[in-house]
Amino acid sequence: MLEIKNLTATAGGTEILRGITLSVKAGEVHAIMGPNGSGKSTLAQVLAGHPAYEVTGGSVIYQGQDLLEMEPEVRAQAGVFLAFQYPVEIPGVTNAYFLRAAYNAKRTAAGLEELDPMDFLDLLEEKLKLVEWGPEIMSRAVNAGFSGGEKKRNEILQMAVLEPSLAILDETDSGLDIDALKIVAEGVNSLRRADSATIVVTHYQRLLNHIVPDFVHVLAGGRIVKSGGKELALELEARGYEWLTEVEGAVA
Amino acid sequence: MTATRTPVAPSPRPTEPGWVAELRREGAAQFEGLRLPTTRDEDWRFTDLSPISKAALGPARVPGALHDADIAPFLFGHAEWPRLVFANGRYQPSLSKLTGLPAGARVGPLAELLADAPGLIEGTLGKLAVQPAASAIVGQNASAFVDGYAVVLPAGATVDTPIHVLFVADSRAPGGAVHPRNVVILGANAVASVVESFVTLAEGVALTNTVTEASLAAGARFDHCKIQRESAQAFHLATLEVRQERDSYLNSFSFAQGAALSRTNIYTTLAGPGAHATLYGLYLAEGRQHVDHQTRIEHAAPDCTSWEVYKGILDGHGHGVFNGKVYVQPEAQKTDGKQTNKNLLLSETAKVDTKPQLEIFADDVKCTHGATVGSLDALPLFYCRSRGIPEAEARTLLTYAFAADVLEEIRSRPVVDYLEGLMREWLLTAGKRGRGPARKEAS
Repeated sequence: MLEIKNLTATAGGTEILRGITLSVKAGEVHAIMGPNGSGKSTLAQVLAGHPAYEVTGGSVIYQGQDLLEMEPEVRAQAGVFLAFQYPVEIPGVTNAYFLRAAYNAKRTAAGLEELDPMDFLDLLEEKLKLVEWGPEIMSRAVNAGFSGGEKKRNEILQMAVLEPSLAILDETDSGLDIDALKIVAEGVNSLRRADSATIVVTHYQRLLNHIVPDFVHVLAGGRIVKSGGKELALELEARGYEWLTEVEGAVA
Repeated sequence: MTATRTPVAPSPRPTEPGWVAELRREGAAQFEGLRLPTTRDEDWRFTDLSPISKAALGPARVPGALHDADIAPFLFGHAEWPRLVFANGRYQPSLSKLTGLPAGARVGPLAELLADAPGLIEGTLGKLAVQPAASAIVGQNASAFVDGYAVVLPAGATVDTPIHVLFVADSRAPGGAVHPRNVVILGANAVASVVESFVTLAEGVALTNTVTEASLAAGARFDHCKIQRESAQAFHLATLEVRQERDSYLNSFSFAQGAALSRTNIYTTLAGPGAHATLYGLYLAEGRQHVDHQTRIEHAAPDCTSWEVYKGILDGHGHGVFNGKVYVQPEAQKTDGKQTNKNLLLSETAKVDTKPQLEIFADDVKCTHGATVGSLDALPLFYCRSRGIPEAEARTLLTYAFAADVLEEIRSRPVVDYLEGLMREWLLTAGKRGRGPARKEAS
């Protein structure tokens, strides 16, 4: 599904990713953990094609294609989805319009007919249940005036509509109370398929109680310093990150 | 002034009362004395009217007969809306429709009212539009106007639907200058809504110089929406001057999309306590279009409020100008005023001059103003693209979103829908035109 090799990237001339290698197969859930500033959000955004980052080396192959050569919209149409840490407000565009535009862009790219507004509303009705929302949310402008929790839920709603093959959740748990966290996690779990994969970027182990990872990777200083199973997350919860970053320092 | 002078002999009509003839004489003298303003005049610093002088347009002639099919493309809303149609300044009774109006209302062509009930408008016509900034063009209008619309409502009368006034410039007729003159008088608690559309039937150099005076008695409400979509060769000058008594409400909207060169003046005086004015506008310019708005809100009484939002989208070599003046006189305590002008530049070559202006002579007031000029933000653009929306479509969507909220301030839904459609069409053709070097996004 996804093969990342020796990926390096900079932002404003500063090197943030310093050689990431990671392999994700269909059906798997990978957690990327690490202290603040370790580069884990950068990795998520580079995969989505964020223009603020420049890839300086390495390769990313997604479903046999060179992901780094693809425009952000083409990545999305090909099934890559980034749930933003800070979802963007778009006043003046309703959620319904935005979602339909995104959904139809994907259909058009796949050579399918666009869905008309009425049929799309039927589809939405199903998706809304997943995040336990009523239809009134659809006439609100995208994320405008949404609470932190509403914004995260809206990300999951978008994910439900777009049904990605590779979902990347960037700090989706931050700013969520426990009830919202459960709704979001259940949403993500129910969207998992045998042919899809999930990358969960998080600082805390909390979310991983609900979205159980197959692999846990610890990022520090722009590199993966340790990988393991789900028990690694618990160890990190107990011991913090310091012991790992010290190891990293010793190696470097 | 080396440009050819436009001949402006006052044109008195035999049926007009003496005070109108006097207004025409004064107007002609004012125009002769001042000529068109130049860029040395602070109120006209960014707008050069010399192309109008150079065009030396004579009065537009009466065009051939117009038919329903000619105006059909410019109609919108509901068939039952009262409608007045003017072609090159002449009233077209066969295309107009004045039904569904309340008892005691006088709605129709100004010339007709001047002929049979001039007393109704003597206190308003020529009495409000006396501001120095616009005096030359208002003077020229007074000397040369042939007709326009009049809406006179007695106290308590309500017109539920918008009155659509369609000004058609038919450039197939020779000449080219049209000076519509309009009057709105609302009695106490009367309610009226007027939508003025300025359109062109055939391409050609033409000038519209329209003046509307509106007097709102206590508690009256007036919705005024001006839609300017004249041809790319047209010159368009417009002045709306309103006087508001106690607790009256003016909701003004100016939509400007057409003309090579346009200047719209929206002026109101809050003359009675508790009066409220909301001034909104949206201007779109591309190619080498020049679009200028000047607004002036005069707070002359206590406890009045004014809100103003103007937005502009400029593409190609388009040039937008906004000057919003808010004056708060010493007696206007407890004034609450807010003014905003936001501009979106779609190309490197588009340009905006914006000048919010606040002059406060009272001490207990709350007034703010602000202006922005920028390009599309990088982050929303990436957000749209990360959801699969192609870049060009995302740009169109975000540009539309930038302006859409201000259109929502128009009270009549069909008018909002119509203008949303015009804007979408404009954005789509802007996308197809290719707009030269796109501006880099602000990050």
